[in-house]
Amino acid sequence: MENLNLVLPEIFISLSIMFLLILGVFKKNSSKITFNLSLFTILITAIITINETFSVSRETLFNESVVIDIMSSLMKIITLIGGFLVLVISSSYLKTFKIYNIEYPVLILSSILGMMVMISSNDLIVFYMGLELQSLALYVLATYNRDQLKSSEAGLKYFVLSALSSGLLLYGCSLVYGFSGSTNFDVISNQLNSNEYVLTFGIVFILVGLAFKISAVPFHMWAPDVYEGSPTTVTLFFTIVPKIAALTVFIRFLYVPFLNLIDQWQMIIIFLSIASMVFGAVAAIGQTNIKRLIAYSSIGHIGYTLAGLATASNEGIQSSIIYISIYVVMNLALFSCLLMLRRKDQYYENIEDLSGLSKNHPLLSLCLLVILFSLAGIPPLAGFFAKFYVFKAVLEQSMFFLAIVGLLSTVVAAFYYLRIIKIIYFDKEKDKYDTDHSLWLKFSLTVSTILILLYFIFPSQLIEVVSRINII
Amino acid sequence: MNFPILSSLILLPIVGALFLFFTKDKEGNNLTAKYVALFTTVVNFLISIYLWISFDQSTSSFQFVEDRVWIEGFINYKVGIDGISILFIILTTFITPICIISVNNSVKNRLRDFLIAILIMESFMIGVFCALDLVVFYLFFEAGLIPMFLIIGIWGGERRVYSAFKFFLYTLLGSVLMLVAIISIYWITGTTDVVQLYEIGIDVKYQNLLWLAFFSSFAVKTPMWPVHTWLPDAHVEAPTAGSVLLAAILLKMAGYGFIRFSLGLFPIASEVFTPLIYTLSVIAIIFTSLIALMQEDMKKLIAYSSVAHMGFVTLGIFTLQQQGIEGSIIQMISHGLVSAALFLTVGVVYDRMHSRLISTYGGLVSVIPKYSILFMLFALASLGLPGTSGFIGEFLILMGAFKDNFLVAFIASIGVILGAAYMLWLYKRVIFGKLINKDLKTILDLNRSEYFILSCLAAPILFFGFYPDPLINTIEVSVTDLINMHNTNIASK
Repeated sequence: MENLNLVLPEIFISLSIMFLLILGVFKKNSSKITFNLSLFTILITAIITINETFSVSRETLFNESVVIDIMSSLMKIITLIGGFLVLVISSSYLKTFKIYNIEYPVLILSSILGMMVMISSNDLIVFYMGLELQSLALYVLATYNRDQLKSSEAGLKYFVLSALSSGLLLYGCSLVYGFSGSTNFDVISNQLNSNEYVLTFGIVFILVGLAFKISAVPFHMWAPDVYEGSPTTVTLFFTIVPKIAALTVFIRFLYVPFLNLIDQWQMIIIFLSIASMVFGAVAAIGQTNIKRLIAYSSIGHIGYTLAGLATASNEGIQSSIIYISIYVVMNLALFSCLLMLRRKDQYYENIEDLSGLSKNHPLLSLCLLVILFSLAGIPPLAGFFAKFYVFKAVLEQSMFFLAIVGLLSTVVAAFYYLRIIKIIYFDKEKDKYDTDHSLWLKFSLTVSTILILLYFIFPSQLIEVVSRINII
Repeated sequence: MNFPILSSLILLPIVGALFLFFTKDKEGNNLTAKYVALFTTVVNFLISIYLWISFDQSTSSFQFVEDRVWIEGFINYKVGIDGISILFIILTTFITPICIISVNNSVKNRLRDFLIAILIMESFMIGVFCALDLVVFYLFFEAGLIPMFLIIGIWGGERRVYSAFKFFLYTLLGSVLMLVAIISIYWITGTTDVVQLYEIGIDVKYQNLLWLAFFSSFAVKTPMWPVHTWLPDAHVEAPTAGSVLLAAILLKMAGYGFIRFSLGLFPIASEVFTPLIYTLSVIAIIFTSLIALMQEDMKKLIAYSSVAHMGFVTLGIFTLQQQGIEGSIIQMISHGLVSAALFLTVGVVYDRMHSRLISTYGGLVSVIPKYSILFMLFALASLGLPGTSGFIGEFLILMGAFKDNFLVAFIASIGVILGAAYMLWLYKRVIFGKLINKDLKTILDLNRSEYFILSCLAAPILFFGFYPDPLINTIEVSVTDLINMHNTNIASK
């Protein structure tokens, strides 16, 4: 008998989703209660995850198709925390647009469930199921503000392109299956020693599909449009939560089934990384919409995470995970600021709207200052340490070219972050924004800013947790 | 472990800044905020003086060392001072209160935020000078960009945005390569602790590249020709207090870095690249002096003169002679005082006339004599007249240079003449001549606080000009040991 306790989080969250759906159908005006119950669900799931799986070093279930190890537990917890915070700060935004419905929390929960399955997957089929579950939920979320043209456009675009990439991914999976005779990662790892051409195709297809999901250049085209068109809270969700899951899957694919084929994929990852870092930095310069700018900046940040993965070392993987965790905090803080730019039920999302913010809203601007400098990677803020660990791992493998290109692109990236700071601090002020924000929004902004600002005092804690992850 | 006196030096300004952060910002002249900031910095100055008194001059080993685990098994938070760094710390703690007193007129709005920025800047600068770990050094070195960017950008002149961006991006671009080098050093030697690195030494085959990476950062910050172009812009647009901090202390970080890291960690590479430094320094001295001659903006002129003076400093450091390095350190301290004083004197007339152009002025001696006398003193100190601290530094540097390379020293000496030319010509055009501009007739002489701060700067300039022993005694042992270490390293390879 399998030890079902290990998948208890997934079981619990799926039962809750069904319950919430039924509740939503049969009870009128139940959006508020669904919201609160979903938050509750996420909390309980996180607690179960910590309790049941955090001490497990590595276990497999269901014919070894699901793996529970430290990485999966940690990434699930980050996903859950991210999901919780997104949900908790969305409510006032959704109410403004009159889309405060039961579907929203349920969709978020389902995509989280999909991600959790992805994170734990040790089998091509399980992985694909998880991926599709999260993607389908995300398509709907992108179009969630369906009265707006841009939102529908974003959803459709995302759906078409994402379906294409899923197709590629599936094709790659079938090629790999054809050569190894198994869908199980461990078995594949043992079977794949040959340097067959077609196998390389399989790997490339899978990597392309995954690169699409984390929007690495050159598979990033969808990101700016989708990020801009989707409702802001959904964009926030897009920029952080799916990336965690996709990164985990990336790590698993590269370092479990394809570990022996490192010569084949290392160049691809280095290319993706450099292209994303450089393109993300350069393309963001001309943007006028903050959400589009964040899209490009997140492309750049994904480049840095990939740089850690390209090293093929445990330090590299750990540094990528640290990077993504700090990135989650920074993005959460940035979006909290963005959600505060509200005046009479209208949200502002152009960079020009930030003009002179520091005169009317000194505290909000100070937070933005800290967040933006951190995103630019200036010490002593958290963003610097994220980059620092990545480059430490990269340089350990003597990959100087990657490190220098990465660091030079931080200088280019610094330019557009500075531009926002310039607009906030040096330009003329505009009208005041509303200040009656929900408590949760203020809470998430304050906590994340303080985390960013004071991370340098206790940098060891995060490293200690992450250093337990040893894949290779 | 004793009382962590260096950490308290670093932290105190931040505590002051936090205190200011929680006070209410008033429009106009916010005296309370100013007094809080002043009090903090003066206390800091007194602590640093105490540090100097209790400093043991007979040894070159690091003193007041604090060593704490920061990132487990990787970086230690390690600070400590030797004869070289202590003077820079005192310079920092001395200049900052002067900046704060001087903000009377130059900063009109958001005084509290300005003071917070200056205080945070101070603690980063002190951190740079006492860091004994490369990563800690880098952290402080880079973090200083944030407050300076804001100081230039928020309170600067008309082209402030351009200047702030140029300052930030130039310096950042220089520094990222240093970060690569620092991490590489960690992987080569297994530590980033400077003291340990001095003992272990770095393999010769890596030294050249690492030296160049550090050089790229320090050259921008010094600034050396041809990457000096950010400096005139930043100086001109920054508010007076910002220019003072920039010229007096920020530029010294690079000179300090050259001595501490380039010479100490990469002796062989330093030897290899000495011709490069000589060439760039000589070009900086001659070329920027000529540019300074042609300037019509007083602040720009002083900015270019800073580049020329820093050219002397880099020249002196890489002579690798006792006199040269000592001269460079004294020149840096002296330049810190003199350039601060010059920017403040320009600030005085700028506050009254709102013009930095030399042509606006002329004949000031008949209306504001006190000002003219002090200005004369600083101008003479800047051109290195015997009896001022400027002379000691330049003289020692040239002495070291003559020992090492006659031609370079000869050309650099021409720079001294050019320096005299532009400074005296500036003085003549501003102070002497006919009083043509009618507005100048009603101009007021120095008020009490201006008089006070300028005298505060004049006193050490004269004192150390006549009696440089306290400075030389402090640095002597450290410099001797540095050179000995350097020579043994060269000999052993």
